[in-house]
Amino acid sequence: MTAPTSTNAGHDEWLDAIAAGEGYYLECSDGHGSLPPRRACPVCGARELDRQPLPATGEIVTHTTVHVPTPEFDGEAPYVTAIAEFGPVRLTGLLRGTDPDAVAAGQAVLPTVGDGDDGRRRLQFEIVAE
Amino acid sequence: MSPPRIAGVGLTHFGVHPERTSRDLFAEAALAALDDAGLDATELDELYYGNFMGELAEHQGHQGPLVAEALGVSERPVTRYESACASSGVALHDAVRAVRTGEIDVALVGGAERMNNLGTAGATEGLAIAADDLFEIRAGVTFPGAYALMARAYFAEFGGDRSELAHVAVKNHANALPNEYAQFQREITVEEALEAPMIAEPLGLYDACPITDGASALVLVSDAYAAEHDVDAPVVVSGAGQAGDTLALQDRRDLFYTPATSRAAEAAYAEADIGVEAIDFAEVHDCFTIAEVLAIEALGLYEPGAGLAAARDGETTRDGETPINLSGGLKAKGHPVGATGTSQAVEVTRLLRGDHPNSDVVADATTGVAHNAGGTVASATVHVLEVAE
Repeated sequence: MTAPTSTNAGHDEWLDAIAAGEGYYLECSDGHGSLPPRRACPVCGARELDRQPLPATGEIVTHTTVHVPTPEFDGEAPYVTAIAEFGPVRLTGLLRGTDPDAVAAGQAVLPTVGDGDDGRRRLQFEIVAE
Repeated sequence: MSPPRIAGVGLTHFGVHPERTSRDLFAEAALAALDDAGLDATELDELYYGNFMGELAEHQGHQGPLVAEALGVSERPVTRYESACASSGVALHDAVRAVRTGEIDVALVGGAERMNNLGTAGATEGLAIAADDLFEIRAGVTFPGAYALMARAYFAEFGGDRSELAHVAVKNHANALPNEYAQFQREITVEEALEAPMIAEPLGLYDACPITDGASALVLVSDAYAAEHDVDAPVVVSGAGQAGDTLALQDRRDLFYTPATSRAAEAAYAEADIGVEAIDFAEVHDCFTIAEVLAIEALGLYEPGAGLAAARDGETTRDGETPINLSGGLKAKGHPVGATGTSQAVEVTRLLRGDHPNSDVVADATTGVAHNAGGTVASATVHVLEVAE
């Protein structure tokens, strides 16, 4: 059973922007970063949130190679999922086209948008060659 | 306000029972708890019920009335609590509050989960939805995957590797050996744990709790009710705490620490008026071996980074200074998600009362702690249980 494909206002536009290479995050007056859709800063509750450009690349903080997937990822395991830091925000993405054993914390990644087998769009990372 | 007393406890066998409905599982545990208390269901003022994936596993929402009617008290107020793996922990937290404040005198609190009928892939999906759908699940985060992300962050911060985690699994399997309710009543070795297939690196099969069907329940009564009705209830819930954190791991500052557990523990210890040194033993939420390490550190039993070696060094084993998960924990006793929080309180109660097969290990104990966590500890509850003077 997979989740129905639905639209998610705010989040869909954010994915569109990432796909266009114009990613952004939200920032409150105290400098806390967050991701849409948000009406209040998740850290301090501030209501005024401004769009800031997402740094072009992020740095891997932690990662895992998943061997037992959910049905959505049945044909893709083993695959690597990583959390990467982009300035004041962190993103979770699927690493594509990479040898799992070659992934390490500190590597630079480029955010992209891909399609899952279930038709849902998802954030992906590509390792930036040094 | 007097602390609520635990008048009775009940469990089903934790294991693979795919043919059993959650309503039937819960009825077995709850009726056992009422029998243990020596009370009739008609004495109940309210029911508190934890369940996580009833919609997925059984195509069944609105389970509260189902479980009340299963006990023969369909007219009673009943509420289902859903906080992922902390569902019955938060149910217990609310039940304790209701009895402690004197609003009600008799509460039944518990939980049930049916998982094995979904199969491994279905249960994996069911567990995954405790994570953030937009930001985590779509990026391939599974429940083991999330804890693997935390484990790798922990190793990066403090050092260590998965060989130390294997000792947590070995310890909890050994503890489950005499527990008739446990899913795995068998011992494993460090070598077996390390050679098992990987689930989500660096976590392997023996770092993970199994997929479990089961139920648990407790009967709580007020001090006044116990005195008036001559109820034998030697264990009290002297402290209760609950706290939260962001749902997605990516929104947390540190991935090697679980502050929701710390905040819940601080509240529970303050209410019980105890310091961490008073804790004789604990049942903690070891859905994965790394989760036990994170739990004993956030509970204040170990400094950050010092909990990893505790099982290996024999400090948290049955012969150690502070035994952890004498029931076998989620790892070996099993993890029927919505039943786990109250099952931990059941096990602490049995250990303190002296009627648990491992009670002799903590024969002089007066204070035990139950720690329940939801998702990647975005929800946490801590309860202090003490033998009443």
